[in-house]
Amino acid sequence: MASSTSASPREHLQTLPGDDVRQVMWRFADRYDLQMLVQSTRAVARGPVARLVAEGGRHTHDWTPEKHALLKEFDAAGITAAYLEPEEGGFLEGPKNLALALIAFELAWVDAGAATCSLATHLGLAPIHERGTPEQRLHYMSLAAPAPDREPKRAAFALTEPIPYVGVETGMLGGKVRIAEWPEGGEPILEVSKRGRFITNMAFANFVTAAVDSDDPRIKGSCMVILEETDPGVFDRGTPTRKLVHQLSATNDPVFQLRVPASRIVGGYTVKDGVLIPNYDHGSIIEAVFRRTRVTVGLMTSAKLLSSIEPLIRYHRDRFRGSEAVSPGSPRYELGLQQKEDVTHRLIDIWAAGEASASLGFATARLFDQLDPIEREKDRVLAEQGVHGGMAAVKALRKRQHEALEFIEMQAHNAALRNEERFQRLAADPVIQYIVLDAQANVLCPATKLWNTGHGSVMMREAVSLMGGYGITEDCPGFLGYKWMDSQLEATYEGPEAVQRRQLSLTMTNEVFQAQFRNWIHEMRQIASIEPGTGACTLASAMHLWQWTLNHLQHATDSNGQKLYQSNRQGVTFPMADALCWLLAARCLILDVEHLRRHGAEVIQQGFRGTVDFLTDLCHVQAAHAAGQAARICTELVFGFLRHPSWDDDPQCAACCFNEPELRQIESVVPGASGFTGDYFREDGGHETKAGPCVRAPGLADFSRLRAKLDGCLAGALLAKDRAAESVQKVMIPAALDYPQ
Amino acid sequence: MPYQIIVCGGLAPDPLQTLEPVFDPARPSLKNELMLPAVFDPWAAHALYEAGHLARQHPGSVVRVVSLAPKAKLQQVMMTVAQKLPLELVALDGPGGGFTDAAAVAAALADAIAAMPDLDRSRLLLFGGWESATRGAGAVMQRVAERLGITEQFLAVDELSVEADGSLLVKERIEGGRHQISRCSSPPVMLAWATGNLPEPPNHPQTGMANMRVIMPALQKAKPVALEPAAEFLRTALPSVIRQTRVVKDVPAAEIAREIAEWIRQ
Repeated sequence: MASSTSASPREHLQTLPGDDVRQVMWRFADRYDLQMLVQSTRAVARGPVARLVAEGGRHTHDWTPEKHALLKEFDAAGITAAYLEPEEGGFLEGPKNLALALIAFELAWVDAGAATCSLATHLGLAPIHERGTPEQRLHYMSLAAPAPDREPKRAAFALTEPIPYVGVETGMLGGKVRIAEWPEGGEPILEVSKRGRFITNMAFANFVTAAVDSDDPRIKGSCMVILEETDPGVFDRGTPTRKLVHQLSATNDPVFQLRVPASRIVGGYTVKDGVLIPNYDHGSIIEAVFRRTRVTVGLMTSAKLLSSIEPLIRYHRDRFRGSEAVSPGSPRYELGLQQKEDVTHRLIDIWAAGEASASLGFATARLFDQLDPIEREKDRVLAEQGVHGGMAAVKALRKRQHEALEFIEMQAHNAALRNEERFQRLAADPVIQYIVLDAQANVLCPATKLWNTGHGSVMMREAVSLMGGYGITEDCPGFLGYKWMDSQLEATYEGPEAVQRRQLSLTMTNEVFQAQFRNWIHEMRQIASIEPGTGACTLASAMHLWQWTLNHLQHATDSNGQKLYQSNRQGVTFPMADALCWLLAARCLILDVEHLRRHGAEVIQQGFRGTVDFLTDLCHVQAAHAAGQAARICTELVFGFLRHPSWDDDPQCAACCFNEPELRQIESVVPGASGFTGDYFREDGGHETKAGPCVRAPGLADFSRLRAKLDGCLAGALLAKDRAAESVQKVMIPAALDYPQ
Repeated sequence: MPYQIIVCGGLAPDPLQTLEPVFDPARPSLKNELMLPAVFDPWAAHALYEAGHLARQHPGSVVRVVSLAPKAKLQQVMMTVAQKLPLELVALDGPGGGFTDAAAVAAALADAIAAMPDLDRSRLLLFGGWESATRGAGAVMQRVAERLGITEQFLAVDELSVEADGSLLVKERIEGGRHQISRCSSPPVMLAWATGNLPEPPNHPQTGMANMRVIMPALQKAKPVALEPAAEFLRTALPSVIRQTRVVKDVPAAEIAREIAEWIRQ
């Protein structure tokens, strides 16, 4: 077994990680359908999309014919149909979360607006896909499928953004539905009024799934309805939003005043005592939709970070070439700015962040692929037991939570040391598996959206800064300036950062998630024992510290006796959510690299060792960053709400301070011992020049021990960074960027 | 008449990659060759697009690609190529790059073609690139044809059309930007394509997925091929790049253009 002190020689990265490496890391090496989708999407992204960006397509927020032409490219490349089932005109079997994630990643590698444009169609269809009736699904999904003889119908999703000064607030839906006609024995005709804001695809959408609230006592609650452009009434696409980013997607503020049959209510309805009751309220629909689509948004920012690496390396190396004063072969000619440690180290930070965010995002996408069929199976099992959604389902799941916890506990044990028959029975139970995976998904999804976009935008700024003034020009290779601005929108749309933190603050305390998190700590220690250079041990220590802190905060009060971990105390809950995201991203990267280490050698014929060694160093760098962030946040929260002791606080000082004669006595008995006694009063009653006695919190000894241990765990992290930086100086890159093509 | 169109095509490093020849003990190669992204050789790709076009015009025709390349690399490239048109693959797992011997490559390809169980020479159109993007010798296709006993051979082909009587009209590129037009009564025939006239077909994942059902098994049972080095390489080098930069200020664009044109003429 390797030891952490062994200095086994490391190899350098020879070329930038290619498709073969990514396919293994992100687990689609055995999915040629996805590999082909990646290639076809890439050809669109680096061809027509990149050319449009280079030609100034982003200079207007209007939906131009040139932008519209991209839709046909998406259709031809299979991007539009990727969301659809084969019987609806699609071509991918099974869950499609990873497929959509890969599409978003490839498009956003060049331009995130194009990615948003593609994904918004899927978003518009998602309510129908997730909760529509079988008839609605078949009809609208088939309409959305590209066919040789007709253009597909395109969808938009109209929730609500607040519209200032016109009375539409965030808490309301900005849309109303009432019954216009209800013929005797016939289907009700609804009148839908909706004002949307920032609605993507609205310049060309043929139908819209809109969230509306009842404005009629004969309709209960809220729902989503499908509005078609040919429905009688007003289907006004509205004015284009004057946005500064994502200009390759169409965004408008539409107005709808339409009459539609009640069969357009997504998921259908029932009638009880003369009241129309939608089968799904709008909240339950968008919950199902957003928990999947937010993952792809997170990956869009990851693509930006990873796409910046090659242009940055090229810029740094070529920086001085062409000058008469710099001769070929000289270090300045060959390495350019890469001679400076700061440049390579900052690049490594960007790279590590990009890798970690991609790993987190793709892990989450895969998790949803795993969860989707289990969720359906769970619904079937519960339905057989007479449980049909809503609170009844929540209660039914809660009753079985202890079994899920038992399963997680057993997972941590060797097969020989557990009741294997019981374990296998729990593993085969869709309800138990749903509870386990759902707890993960409820954390990983907001974590991906929050961390990938939030921290990603910070790192994109870093990437732009590494290009100097070039970074904020239209000529910047890789469109880095645009990407930086776009990332800010990604941190905002589909639920801004506060929404994600809020969700995390609730879901991360779920006992089922916490039990899995404990197993993950153990998992990191195991990896560290075999591959000590990964930073997995550092990360495990940080995860332990975080979990201890969360447990402490849930029970602790501040110096005023106020409970610390509570809904309104976002100064406590939100930072803990932030810290968790760092840890999760670093963990996912370590797992991906370990997967590559185990399975990559079969398919990667050259340079495998150098690639794995380099990525291992990135893991270590990222784990150290994550540990540092978590430690800072945890320490602030654990100590920050304690009142600092005061010199005037007699009882406390008496308890914690010595006086000078006492110290002399101690020193006479044990020379040197006074150095360990902390604060003291001088004979004249004076004391050291500082705010007060140092904080002593006996109940926090465990925290201090964990924190001190974590500090030590950072050993080696910067050596890893040095090695990675050296690789960056040596890695071979293409002669030119491969887009625009 | 349905044709059996066989397209011989290898791989080439992606044209944007930095290529650096290195000498290893056995033979020269490109630095990090197996790590560099690869593409289907552009000359052979033209032949493939023409083959697809011809097959669509003549229902019942089959396009088969015979490729000698490192298997893992070939699989990656097929993720794109297989989306272009319906095709079958015969994969030979062997070295790629620009330092293989044309005769040895031709022998391996010809053996693979000859071994096809349902080969019907009366319908056989053998396609390939006239040249190659990997230091091509421009001799592989002729050698393959000779080994298969195909004597009707056309080089630098830009156009092929099938006449009403089934004869083949072939336009070959010759000096001076002109074409030589030949008529060939029937297959078998070998056409080594120049650039042809067709654009690259767009990617179509559905086509690719249909192709993959036969391509993946073909890749898995790719026959290993060891090419004996017939040539001795004494030295390899990239063409030297000359860059002359002069920093000037306040020079009109017309003057700069005149100076550049003059420099190019030199």
